[in-house]
Amino acid sequence: MELTFRIYRYDPERDSEAYYRTYRVEAEPGERILDCLNRIKWEQDGSLSFRMSCGHGVCGSDAMRLNGRCALACQKLVQDYQGEPEILVEPLPSFRVLKDLVVDLEPFFEKVNWVRPYLLAGDSDPQKERLQDPAERKKLDQVIRCILCACCMGACPVVGENEHFLGPAPLVWAFRYIFDSRDQEKEDRLRKVDSEDGAWGCRNHFECTRVCPKEIPVTKSINFIKREIEKVFGS
Amino acid sequence: MGVPFNRNPDGTIAQRAFGGHTRNFGEAPVKRACYAADRTGRVILDTLYGQSVQKGIRVYPELSVMDLVVRDGAVHGVVAYEWATGELHLFHAKAVLVATGGFGKVFKTTSNCFANTGDGAHMVLRHGFPLQDMEFIQFHPTGIHGLGVLISEAARGEGGLLRNRDGERFMERYAPTIKDLAARDVVSRAIMSEIRDGRGIDGRDFVHLDLTHLGKERLEERLSDISSFVRIYLGIDPAAQPIPVHPTCHYMMGGIPTDVDGRVLDAAGYAVPGLYAAGECACVSVHGANRLGCNSLLDLVVFGRRTGRRLLADVAQLPLHEAGGEALDACRERIQRLRERRSGERAAGIRQRMQQEMMERCGVYRTAKGLEEGLDTIRGLQETCRTQLVLDYRGDRYNTDLMEALELESLLGLAEVMLLAAQKRTESRGAHYREDFPERDDANWLCHSLVYRDGAQLRYATKPVSITRFQPKPRVY
Repeated sequence: MELTFRIYRYDPERDSEAYYRTYRVEAEPGERILDCLNRIKWEQDGSLSFRMSCGHGVCGSDAMRLNGRCALACQKLVQDYQGEPEILVEPLPSFRVLKDLVVDLEPFFEKVNWVRPYLLAGDSDPQKERLQDPAERKKLDQVIRCILCACCMGACPVVGENEHFLGPAPLVWAFRYIFDSRDQEKEDRLRKVDSEDGAWGCRNHFECTRVCPKEIPVTKSINFIKREIEKVFGS
Repeated sequence: MGVPFNRNPDGTIAQRAFGGHTRNFGEAPVKRACYAADRTGRVILDTLYGQSVQKGIRVYPELSVMDLVVRDGAVHGVVAYEWATGELHLFHAKAVLVATGGFGKVFKTTSNCFANTGDGAHMVLRHGFPLQDMEFIQFHPTGIHGLGVLISEAARGEGGLLRNRDGERFMERYAPTIKDLAARDVVSRAIMSEIRDGRGIDGRDFVHLDLTHLGKERLEERLSDISSFVRIYLGIDPAAQPIPVHPTCHYMMGGIPTDVDGRVLDAAGYAVPGLYAAGECACVSVHGANRLGCNSLLDLVVFGRRTGRRLLADVAQLPLHEAGGEALDACRERIQRLRERRSGERAAGIRQRMQQEMMERCGVYRTAKGLEEGLDTIRGLQETCRTQLVLDYRGDRYNTDLMEALELESLLGLAEVMLLAAQKRTESRGAHYREDFPERDDANWLCHSLVYRDGAQLRYATKPVSITRFQPKPRVY
């Protein structure tokens, strides 16, 4: 079937403002949107820039906005857009565009790093594994699916209004260590996100949960953090 | 470090069965593979990322190394291209550790990322250093049909079964003791021979991986990522329907030869001053001719750590040179030449022809004739690349058109080495299967292969295998 793509184009060094360009592509219903974008780049227009690597939703590098919704181009298929007159392809909202669909992810990774995304277990390297009850480990089942693609950040209305808000993915990473029974810095971690720009910035729009390509209950996880803050420090 | 491994009831790390994991050398399968659902690799990566954040390790994101700075046989740094600006950077260094991963993108069907183009290994080759055991290429038995996306061996570890068009559990015929959990090369060949004998599903080029008997709950808990891949890409519920699979290029046993401390070895077997390699791009040769599932972590974590320690100790004695201007100029000219060409053929078309050819000639089954023809084609494509390769975009910002053109040169260079090594080895061993020489031949071929560049020519040599505790013997499952 033939598809029409309208793609956001912008080279800050050459263009005074962003514009859209239309491309037509032949594709099978089972092909990925990423396959179509590659075909455009390889066969029609080598100047189109976007990130990609694994092609099946593990590396998280091809997050973008497809018909208004943040998604991974490798996880959406041509048949998902059957009957749509065109597919509008745009960079993730709320991020600075470096070129076309490539956005500046540095501020995002700074936020992730700020929550200390590593185990703080107090002791020096133990000779054997630290024990963990299977029920405790199960609490992490969903959040460890996060691939840091930033779809949630693009979709979050609060991130769009307040650049200081930590945002959904960094809060998922905060959850990952707050609720890891092996970690010794729980109180400190909770204190760190106990602010208006932290967990309390979330207004339960659920947009992050809706777009998460790994189906993580993001909003629910943030609410668990809020509840834990109240439990530990009192409301 | 905090990897979120699954746990046993007593709180210790849980283990599951995996391909080729047996007790008493093949007697029966054992549960030896530690795991975190079916995303073990990804969460180890996440944990290592966290560790690098904690230690404040400086990362230069989106820089591609274009070349090594080599002088008088020693490595003094690298030249790197910055995607965001198109600038070239010269890094002076006492030591360089190549950790650029595999190069599955040489093949059409692969589980590898688009980025797995082998630039690191190719750069080492370009400087006259050898690559070792490049004919040993692992085809994982269960890639999603058409896409090559990996269905982890965890699926068979948890009890998944392979079936042909008659619904027969055909691995019982090929490996009566451990059946579906035989080593990957054995299972891949079994699948290909079922397909060749017309027992693929509907006579087509795939078989079925049946997980339906495992039940929804177990699939959700232990195999949730692959269940989701199958749902997304095939529209199939693995609890209700079998998954169409065929072999997919997965791992390179060969690569840059190193000693057990990651020091890169030259053709004479001496360590190259200042050059180290670890991970899939390296060949410490713990895998021999076929890697067992999970053992990639030996290359990555065990030898990665050993190499880091060796490098740290060596850096105290290694000198820092301020040279490298010529290497920088050479990279600039290489880009300039590509930019100046106004007409010709773009990288994607050449790459597709290479991938198709490699799949047909250098895949699970190989023959002298096929490898010879493959070499001709690849050398022809290299010539096309040299004289015709043209860019469509000449800008400086995120020029992925340029990056792919540079990567294509690496892919073609490595494809030639693979074909040559496969052509020379006139026997079958591990993942290398020659239809014209189906038996293992220890009298002539119990040796490593080395391929290195000598001017414009590739040279082939062998080197002895060091055998210590375990004598090689046929695998009988």
